[in-house]
Amino acid sequence: MVLENQDNRNLWEKIGDYFSANSIWMKWYCTGCGAIELPPTMTSRFDMERLGMGPMATPRQADVMLITGYLSTKTLRRVIYSYEQMQDPKYIVAFGSCTINGGVYYDSYATINQLDKYIPVDLYIAGCMPRPEAVMNAFADLISMIKKGQANGWRHYQENYEWYKKNQLDSLEEVIIHDEFHE
Amino acid sequence: MTVMNFVYGFIILLAAFIFQTTITGFNRKVTARIQKRYGPRWYQQFLDIFKALRKSSITHGWIFDFGVIMALGGIMATVIFIPVAGFEAFPNMDNVYIISYLLAIGMLGMAMSAAGSGNPWASIGVSRALTNMLAYDIPLMIVIFTLIFAFDTASVSEIAAMQQGMGILGWNAIRMPLGGIVAFIALFGMLGKKPFDSFIAPAEIASGPMVEYGGKHLGFMFILHELMTFIEVSLILNLFFGGGSSILVYAIKYAILYTLVNIISQVMPRYKIDQAVKFFYRVPLVFAIIQGLVVIFLGWGVSVWF
Ligand code: SF4
Repeated sequence: MVLENQDNRNLWEKIGDYFSANSIWMKWYCTGCGAIELPPTMTSRFDMERLGMGPMATPRQADVMLITGYLSTKTLRRVIYSYEQMQDPKYIVAFGSCTINGGVYYDSYATINQLDKYIPVDLYIAGCMPRPEAVMNAFADLISMIKKGQANGWRHYQENYEWYKKNQLDSLEEVIIHDEFHE
Repeated sequence: MTVMNFVYGFIILLAAFIFQTTITGFNRKVTARIQKRYGPRWYQQFLDIFKALRKSSITHGWIFDFGVIMALGGIMATVIFIPVAGFEAFPNMDNVYIISYLLAIGMLGMAMSAAGSGNPWASIGVSRALTNMLAYDIPLMIVIFTLIFAFDTASVSEIAAMQQGMGILGWNAIRMPLGGIVAFIALFGMLGKKPFDSFIAPAEIASGPMVEYGGKHLGFMFILHELMTFIEVSLILNLFFGGGSSILVYAIKYAILYTLVNIISQVMPRYKIDQAVKFFYRVPLVFAIIQGLVVIFLGWGVSVWF
């Protein structure tokens, strides 16, 4: 997605990106299979806190959202809600082939096939499911992307909001959630 | 009161923030080692705070914003009155009462702001936090009143100075062992460490009062939390563990006390809030009352080593 490589951040943004890159709080959205890969990534075997990453309780506090696998259309609404609650700058990492092209659920009536039509994905991790090594590697990549100012999905979302909204509505008909918490 | 007092106050504030944040970062590493992990960099806590301040932020109304500022203001004002190894920004104003009243401003500001976010988890968290405060405060206050009665002064620095010169035997925690135990347990409650962290439980109530904070608000809350930790640990250190004769001794004792609390809390489970209250009213309250009676009627521990 990153075609142009010119760096037109000012000094403040560079300093800010240094902090953002070295302290990433994450919120994982674990309706897919991938949630089970995260406990070993967090705990003593792989220890993601080395990279300055840690889990956070709510989307408002988080910097990166991990979409760990397939998304049914019903959960996609929640993902969009959560994503829009996060504060800029925010990033999305999508796990597994299900988020790239639908994976084994490519012809399911209930799941979406391509996540970045609905929300801007900064980084994909291929695999079904990616192992913790791959996850750690992806986090290292995310850090270097943020440092170089290339993880601009959130800006892309703001600039192309109509396009994303149209895709969301095409698939979901409405993004509004009807349940006891949202009415 | 001259300009210099305010300059000193500012220095204490800055030093407290940098020192406590470093200690917190160090303790994150200690925690990681307990869990057999490598752990983050020692300055990770600084990165986290500045990162949070860098992000965008959203308001949930006037009360939400005002509460954060009120809490931070109240806590900063309290830090200025904390005596550090005999060094005071405003001499003769380090009264226990001043500190506890100013601290209340910060706590109430936090509660107000969290409740102003309108999130039910925040309300649950706040109610738990205040219940927790009620639980640890009563035993602790009984012990502190005992100290005030015994030494005829409410000045934190004077109580700290009286314990020095006799090594470890001079500490109030040793002279009045039951009171020392109460203070040490209450410190867990004050800092919100396990087993008394039910109000911040991230998996159960989505971090309680903090649930709606993001970006700059969250950054302010982190700064506030560091300063509050400094106040609480300093208070217990000064009153029960002899303060410090020099800044260096103070810093070392402070680090040891905080790290000890952290290490113990890492191997603890979590009390439900009603269990926490029951525990505080069953064990520390009884200890505190016995200690009070011993000091008042027998006078043990007040001048026994003199
Ligand atoms: S990519 Fe594979 S492991 Fe991941 S959600 Fe899809 S089916 Fe599950």
